[in-house]
Amino acid sequence: MSALRQIHKVLRCSSNVAAGLSRNIVPIFNAARCSSNVSSDHPSMFPGAKAPFVSEPNFTLPSDYSPIPIYRVMDAEGVVNPSQDPNLDRDFVTKMFRDMVLLNTMDKILYESQRQGRISFYMTNFGEEASHIGSAAALENRDWIYGQYREAGVLVWRGFTIEQFIDQCYGNVADIGRGKQMPVHYGSKDLNFVTISSPLSTQMPQAVGAAYAMKRKPNNDSIVVCYFGEGAASEGDAHAAFNFAATLSCPVILFCRNNGFAISTPSHEQYCGDGIAGRGPAYGIATIRVDGTDVFAVYNAMKKAREYVLRENKPIVFEAMAYRVGHHSTSDDSTAYRSAEEIEIWNTTEHPISKLKNYMKKKGWFNEDEENAFVKDVRKQVLKQISVSEKKLKPNWREMFQDVYHEMPEHLKEQMGELEKHVEAHPDFYPLKNFKA
Amino acid sequence: MNKYSKNLLTFFKNIKNLPLTRSHFTYFPDRNVKKVASHGVQKMNMFQAINSAMDHALEEDGSALLFGEDVGFGGVFRCSINLRDKYGKDRVFNTPLCEQGIAGFAIGVANTGATAIAEIQFADYIFPAFDQIVNEAAKYRYRSGGIFDCGSLTFRVPCGAVGHGALYHSQSPEAYFAHTPCLKVVVPRGPIKAKGLLLACIKDKNPCIVFEPKTLYRAAVEQVPVGSYVSEIGQADILRKGSDIILIGWGTQVHVLLEVADLAKKELNVDCEVIDLVTILPWDRETIANSVKKTGRVVVSHEAPLTQGFGSEIAAYIQDKCFLHLEAPVKRVTGWDTPFPHVFEPFYLPNKLRCLSAIKELMNY
Repeated sequence: MSALRQIHKVLRCSSNVAAGLSRNIVPIFNAARCSSNVSSDHPSMFPGAKAPFVSEPNFTLPSDYSPIPIYRVMDAEGVVNPSQDPNLDRDFVTKMFRDMVLLNTMDKILYESQRQGRISFYMTNFGEEASHIGSAAALENRDWIYGQYREAGVLVWRGFTIEQFIDQCYGNVADIGRGKQMPVHYGSKDLNFVTISSPLSTQMPQAVGAAYAMKRKPNNDSIVVCYFGEGAASEGDAHAAFNFAATLSCPVILFCRNNGFAISTPSHEQYCGDGIAGRGPAYGIATIRVDGTDVFAVYNAMKKAREYVLRENKPIVFEAMAYRVGHHSTSDDSTAYRSAEEIEIWNTTEHPISKLKNYMKKKGWFNEDEENAFVKDVRKQVLKQISVSEKKLKPNWREMFQDVYHEMPEHLKEQMGELEKHVEAHPDFYPLKNFKA
Repeated sequence: MNKYSKNLLTFFKNIKNLPLTRSHFTYFPDRNVKKVASHGVQKMNMFQAINSAMDHALEEDGSALLFGEDVGFGGVFRCSINLRDKYGKDRVFNTPLCEQGIAGFAIGVANTGATAIAEIQFADYIFPAFDQIVNEAAKYRYRSGGIFDCGSLTFRVPCGAVGHGALYHSQSPEAYFAHTPCLKVVVPRGPIKAKGLLLACIKDKNPCIVFEPKTLYRAAVEQVPVGSYVSEIGQADILRKGSDIILIGWGTQVHVLLEVADLAKKELNVDCEVIDLVTILPWDRETIANSVKKTGRVVVSHEAPLTQGFGSEIAAYIQDKCFLHLEAPVKRVTGWDTPFPHVFEPFYLPNKLRCLSAIKELMNY
């Protein structure tokens, strides 16, 4: 048995022990080991690793590790494993379902409105609704969120309004971000959702730093959750975040949305290891992989993860498996690199919303007419908001110079003055009527 | 041959009589130390002054954290010595060896409102953090409409020539950052300034970078105020008044220029005004323009390469705002457009003779 195989075996054993100790605690973290089964007469003194010597030059192969299993609570028919049922009440589950439907409905309309040229850009969340809602529902609103860009469901759960979403996409005078960023780059101080930025993975070491600072606050009861895609996990910043989170003991959940694609790049061209979860133990981080189309699996695992992170002041790697049903963005046609048949499977039987719908039907909590009325109402709200948001003026163009620094330096005041004079001289050249005076 | 050329020729002929020094500059300590209430002054070199600044910062602000590679045991330049013992290892600590991680981590700390003092071991190694600094730290406030920021973040970054640092222990990357709106970038010329600027940056509500010329850590010694004080960011210092030409520099180069001013007076009878720009971004255009209008001649000098060095920005601004006052073109005396070399360092640096030649050229123009 190779050393790594041995360690692997111990790893599995420790999981089983954990399972035995906490039978009613649902998901099991594959607790990463900082020390292994080194015998007491072990002569190795290397500071860099605690490991036994072996007398054969055996390579540790990727196949020596079995893949980290996918935690699942509910099947495609909505049948729940009774021992794993979180037993959420009807109102709670209805909010989960409706928030997923709201997100899905808003996505469809905003996607179309981009196709019609009404907004400049959009990214849908199709197929990943359960990982947003399931995770958000297991957190406290005081927990800080750092996202990538495909986590709008977390905002929906926390109460970001249709008006706020659409105002941001239009960059109008009501946009919290003052019209400075592209659509879907949401942020909310009130909801502890840190403003999204386009550069991938940059938020990851930031989330770790924020978690470190939170840990130091007296009686801290908040954690940080950082969402990122499996493509983003290839960036150097992801490595930095994993390693800093582990060595500096930060209460952060590193939540990977593994949806199989980074634009056109399939995950098998992204990495050769056991996904993103497979990396967690290598960094010394407790890790779990869940079915991201199963809202209860995500919920249960996140609930446990939050408790662990807060109690231990240590990070967790959380990988939610899903499938990106929609195109990458409005600038992408995904049928150029995958089949319509493949997409269809994930858009029907394996879709997170249909699974939860099946569950609710079994519970007798689903009323077709009520749900149709809900969808109709959301459609109406979204369409109405689009017409309202597109009529709202853009912010005063002088805001372009604001918030560069905390205070406006002299040279920016001068540049603003220069533009003022120029615009005054050529008012017809600029779309002034669309901007607040 | 006019008087300037003649004087300079005599000077060059006598060059063999100049003493050989270990470094390319002679340190000119600050003399006009402003009194800091209730505290005296103490002899400190630059690393001690920086240590003193961080000591104040950690003491005054319980949220302040100090971290980076090898910061825990005191830092490879001894700047953080004893601070871990005094403030605990949860406040003064080593990070893994990863600059993008240090920068990203620092931004996150600052997002929560806590104070982050992050060290990048050498300016040459700041480039892995370039994305975090330029795309993230700098743009945080702007892109969020002001709801999130990382203003309580300061990077400390040893920079500049050191005699034998070659390509990756000598760089002066200030111009890369000067092209990034939303950052503040300062370069101290000695211990007093280093302490005041560092404390100002730590308190400033914007992400700041302090480039510390590492050759000064031990070489520069001054009577530094013991108490806490700040030096204004964005304010240039006129270190020597003169009527014929102004010499603009920052960091170690200020000391080269002060010596050049002495030489120019002695050898050429030229009165040089010497200005320490102090802040690269946002820089003190008013002080520079006023001086240029008085003298009509300018030399800008920095260790970094010529093309797109910060001297270009100063020169362009001067020709725009002082065109009718100029008696000669703005002259830039800088490092060459090559990587920073090892054995050729004496030929690379914009040393006092090259600066003096530039003065001669401009006076003859």
